[in-house]
Amino acid sequence: MSTATTHDEHHHGAPSGIMRWITTTNHKDIGTLYLWFAFIMFLVGGAMAMVIRAELFQPGLQIVDPNFFNTMTTMHGLLMVFGAIMPAMVGLANWQVPLMIGAPDMALPRMNNWSFWILPFAGIMLVSTLFMEGGGPNFGWTFYAPLSTTFAPKSTDFFIFAVHMLGFSSIMGAINIIATVLNMRAPGMTLMKMPLFVWTWFITAFLLIAVMPVLAGVVTMMLTDRNFGTSFFSAAGGGDPVLFQHVFWFFGHPEVYIMILPAFGVISQIIPTFARKKLFGYSSMVYATASIAFLSFIVWAHHMFTTGMPVAGELYFMYATMMIAVPTAVKVFNWTATMWRGSMTFETPMLWAVSFVFLFTIGGFTGLMMGVAPVDMQYHDTYFIVAHFHYVLVTGALFAIFGAVYYWIPKWTGHMYDEKLGKIHFWWSAISVNVLFFPQHFIGLAGMPRRIPDYSLQFADWNMISSLGGFAFGLAQLFFLYIIIKTIKGGEKATTQVWEDAEGLEWTVPSPAPYHTFATAPEVR
Amino acid sequence: MVARKLKCALCGIWGAVLLLATGNAFAEYPLNLTPGVTDISHKVYDLHMLVFWICVVIGFGVFAVLIYSLMTHRKSKGAVPATFHESTTVEIIWTTIPFLILVGMAIPATKTLLALEDTRDADMSIQITGYQWKWKYDYLEDDISFFSVLTTPRDQIEGRAPKDETYLMDVDNPVVVPINKKIRFLITSNDVIHSWWVPDLGWKQDAVPGFINEGWTELSEPGTYRGKCAELCGKDHGFMPIVLIAKTEDDYQQWVADQKAGAAAAAEAATQTWTLDDLVARGESVYNTNCAACHQANGQGIPGVFPAIAGSAIATGDVAGHTNIVLDGKAGTAMQAFGAQLGDADLAAVITYQRNAFGNDTGDMVQPSDIAAAR
Amino acid sequence: MSATNGGYYLPEPSHWPIIGSVGLFTFLAGFANFLHGGSSMIMLAGAAVLIFMLFGWFGTVIGESQSGKYDDQVDMSFRWGMGWFIFSEVMFFAAFFGVLFYARMWSVPWLGGAGNNVMTNELLWPAFEAMWPTNGPGDVGGDFQMMGAWGIPAINTLILLSSGVTVTWAHWALKKENRGQLILGLLATVALGFLFLSLQVYEYYHAYTELGLTLGSGIYGSTFFMLTGFHGLHVTLGATMLLVILIRSIKGHFTADNHFAFEAVAWYWHFVDVVWLGLFVFVYWLV
Ligand code: HEA
Ligand code: HEA
Ligand code: HEC
Ligand code: CUA
Ligand SMILES: [Cu+2]
Repeated sequence: MSTATTHDEHHHGAPSGIMRWITTTNHKDIGTLYLWFAFIMFLVGGAMAMVIRAELFQPGLQIVDPNFFNTMTTMHGLLMVFGAIMPAMVGLANWQVPLMIGAPDMALPRMNNWSFWILPFAGIMLVSTLFMEGGGPNFGWTFYAPLSTTFAPKSTDFFIFAVHMLGFSSIMGAINIIATVLNMRAPGMTLMKMPLFVWTWFITAFLLIAVMPVLAGVVTMMLTDRNFGTSFFSAAGGGDPVLFQHVFWFFGHPEVYIMILPAFGVISQIIPTFARKKLFGYSSMVYATASIAFLSFIVWAHHMFTTGMPVAGELYFMYATMMIAVPTAVKVFNWTATMWRGSMTFETPMLWAVSFVFLFTIGGFTGLMMGVAPVDMQYHDTYFIVAHFHYVLVTGALFAIFGAVYYWIPKWTGHMYDEKLGKIHFWWSAISVNVLFFPQHFIGLAGMPRRIPDYSLQFADWNMISSLGGFAFGLAQLFFLYIIIKTIKGGEKATTQVWEDAEGLEWTVPSPAPYHTFATAPEVR
Repeated sequence: MVARKLKCALCGIWGAVLLLATGNAFAEYPLNLTPGVTDISHKVYDLHMLVFWICVVIGFGVFAVLIYSLMTHRKSKGAVPATFHESTTVEIIWTTIPFLILVGMAIPATKTLLALEDTRDADMSIQITGYQWKWKYDYLEDDISFFSVLTTPRDQIEGRAPKDETYLMDVDNPVVVPINKKIRFLITSNDVIHSWWVPDLGWKQDAVPGFINEGWTELSEPGTYRGKCAELCGKDHGFMPIVLIAKTEDDYQQWVADQKAGAAAAAEAATQTWTLDDLVARGESVYNTNCAACHQANGQGIPGVFPAIAGSAIATGDVAGHTNIVLDGKAGTAMQAFGAQLGDADLAAVITYQRNAFGNDTGDMVQPSDIAAAR
Repeated sequence: MSATNGGYYLPEPSHWPIIGSVGLFTFLAGFANFLHGGSSMIMLAGAAVLIFMLFGWFGTVIGESQSGKYDDQVDMSFRWGMGWFIFSEVMFFAAFFGVLFYARMWSVPWLGGAGNNVMTNELLWPAFEAMWPTNGPGDVGGDFQMMGAWGIPAINTLILLSSGVTVTWAHWALKKENRGQLILGLLATVALGFLFLSLQVYEYYHAYTELGLTLGSGIYGSTFFMLTGFHGLHVTLGATMLLVILIRSIKGHFTADNHFAFEAVAWYWHFVDVVWLGLFVFVYWLV
């Protein structure tokens, strides 16, 4: 994703080698850094998922002890959410937002560098907990108190500070995107002319700024409960363990939309290109995105139906949660209408996009089912939920990222990827991912709780199938790594336009995009 | 070509969805939610199926349109792109219809939720307390109280012996309830959050330390119903099952009488004076059920998490200090106050065992009467 | 690589961010290590690197600004940046206010048997009656007295409100290019800020030594010190930034129409002011 930019007109004094990457203020360099960081974290988090699936291959304790299993589950969730999906989305934003709105760079380039360079340090701090006495975080990525306060290993304080750093990085990144969108658009690029990817990221950035500080607040209270004798999450002092969950999910629910909204944006770019037809209902897509973002603030306690909230609260959160299906429905229908009577071709990015529409919808349906409070009393904390969120996160967010990479990599590197290999990667992933996660609906409904290293015998067959799917899916991602490296190293030269009917400013600059684009702003009709 | 593959893949997924619905084709595989055994659980199940079918129907509609479009509106078939890209009417229609469907779902959901949460007019109450990693049941009216711990042998878990039919689903003391009575459960926890879940009853409820959450059930058939702790509660979260036995009123009364007789026998044991060998033998079994989860069967603990008993300064030092930590636990750590959990005889035995096992060979002996004095 | 032709100023590659990351990492890792009984040296070293970074980074920015590299569009980016940064701070405080409301409106009454928690009180905390302030049914931290509103807190409210006035006065003077009043106004603001802080230190001392009120005094102590403490931290930060602005004013860095740094700090100061009003009402006054 990187080398294309190296033989660019380098000005005097610009550092080269490793220092170039460490000190860079260029949005393309920083986008590349984000994407590679995300990919590495994806492999590490994925390797942990492989440990989980290997342990669950059969009933009984085979490979790891239960405490380490919990650590793997926790770190897998944390690394995938904060290390892989979010940074990958920011990487896409860094590369594409300036290109798509005709800006010379991000609004605050130095801060952009800092946003990225905090991440590796936070990642190191987080991963280093695995090697500390007592082990790493073992309380789930949701780190509910008091398991994460009174009963947690010592390394938890390092985990807390890692989360502080991640939050700091995300807030600065988000501020930068908002400032860029508001202040750096080319003349004529009115808000309602912005590409949807830019719109979704703009709204996502707002979500980030609103909820990352709340996450920082909740870990800070954990820190003081652990070390300074406060009683936020302890009933004896007048606090409440469930209070932790309220604050966490006030962050946590918007967080899941932070991961999916930019994915919606990517899909809204890819589908029109390959359907050769304008996006259907542009403005309703914008309003739907904004509605989803708004609703995401007022539904958090649907993760807490079994905590003993008052009934009135349960009813309210049930109704509000179900409402989210409406704007999401608008999105799915508009994508369908865009394809309708188009003239479609199915290059790799389009394959990811189409499968996203199908599989995300399945994940959305299970989400809706869990929003129905009385039934969630059964679904809660089972593999049904694990299936739900992997459908929206893996076949949703992750598939959109794959689609985006195939869609834009010619612009980044100047080389076309190998179409045949791309298609193989797609089919291999799309099939194995369903073998991996579809059976988890069954075992979840049948009563298998999540976060357990061992299970009773009735779940054995489906778990084995799921694990096999998991190994296959994991190998497919190593294949993806190969495709990417191959594309960076060489391949058919990409044209400026790249895709026959793609629209947008990024397709007006040469491939690879020069180190500095839009020094003079383009005019948008 | 691609289209056909896509179609196959989608049909495959679709087939799986339908299988989930019909279920019978793979009767031996669990596929769906249990309908359960109570009125409420049936309502929950019906609601689940209702929502599921609504999703299937909508999904079928949307996917059918999509697949049709993917098949026909493709460049290779000479399709020419249309130019429409907006229609307020259509947008309004497909905003309104889902909304109305949701309202239709919300009505039965509200009714079921209200019924589920209505714990009034119960005939009896059982307090359930979650501990790392066992359940305690207190029958408030009958003054019965006991712990319930997993009994699946380590050999089965670690693969040295074949696994039973009820692998990981057996406990020493199941919770017993009468049928045709409305039973209210008062659920709380002693340490971290657990969640008490028996799928056949149709619900789960979190056990939150310091607060009481309520749930209820009314069973009509005698039987054995199994469940699990559903909230991550630390190392052995996967190993804290629930077994609930429903009995007819007569059988239940018999069980209550037996329990009371058992309590009398335990009180008897606490007044005797024991020999060292008897104490150590009894202590070993108490240790393995109550302490080994943390301090490990070999007494080595888990470094950085649970201290070793082997060579521990407390377990080889002053007897009073040792008795103290076992009786009162240590606030703010996972070490529980076992004084409230075990009888004098068991406590004396386990302390004696710890002082003489794992190379601690202190030769000390603690009698039940010492415990009674230390309380 | 610096300025694009005729346009937006793009900075050279910079080493300040990486220094900031190393400093932050060292500071936090050192803090955690200190909490576990290690020495505080690593933490202090990290803090020193961070301070060094701040001086260096802001120094660069000031230099660029003084040499006229920034145009209106850059100025606008800074404004959006600062505005949204303050919004993130608002949300940070919102979390703690939310916790205070939750404790006062839900968790404490529930422990006393309100709502669907009759049995919570009856079985677990039979002796507990809900009221505010409280250190909970476990009497965590022992006896304490609450902090009254009408002593130091009321004086501090006046102090912060007046400092809001003085900073506005300074701004007004700046716009009129009246340097004397600008410096005087800022001087007064800084002084009031530090006066506020000294009084708060005294208040804490009073709480710990005479009222028995500590961070460990149950939920009241936790919310009290968390909210006022983080606010105090922000006042410290704001007063320090004002001090820098004062020095820059004395050096003559600002002109009537180019003084974004001044405005940013003034916004921040007003934000700190508004948070205090919330604190005064909900932490001290309404009990
Ligand atoms: C990208 C991430 C993402 C997304 C987009 C979603 C989307 C949704 N989620 Fe999900 N969710 C997670 C990530 C996500 N979720 C995660 C990570 C967890 C677990 C956290 C943890 O505990 O670890 C979780 C858990 C979770 C729970 C908690 C379950 C529990 O713990 O008991 C609930 C409950 O309501 C829920 C609901 C929903 C709903 C209603 C949506 C809706 O947005 C879905 C809307 C979409 C559709 C409905 C499909 C498309 C619509 C149509 C085709 C139109 C017509 C349809 C109808 C009218 C029915 N989610
Ligand atoms: C955000 C995105 C995200 C992504 C992309 C994934 C990807 C995957 N996840 Fe998960 N997952 C979560 C987010 C995500 N997950 C979250 C939030 C939780 C909840 C955590 C909690 O409960 O606290 C969770 C929990 C979770 C569980 C439940 C654990 C439990 O409850 O105990 C499982 C179990 O199967 C699982 C599996 C997988 C698998 C197999 C993948 C695969 O898609 C991964 C594929 C990738 C690779 C495998 C990497 C590439 C390959 C290599 C590095 C080489 C090695 C390969 C082989 C040996 C074949 N995940
Ligand atoms: C859920 C976990 C858990 C269980 C079960 C448990 N303990 Fe402990 N135990 C601990 C922890 C944690 C400590 C360390 C407390 C501390 O930080 O000082 C501890 C400390 C001790 C100590 C002091 C050891 C030392 O050197 O500090 C003794 C003795 C002890 N436990 C005995 C017992 C006995 C007897 C039982 C069973 C009847 C038991 N424990 C069950 C978690 C447990
Ligand atoms: Cu107890 Cu999980
Ligand atoms: Cu949610």
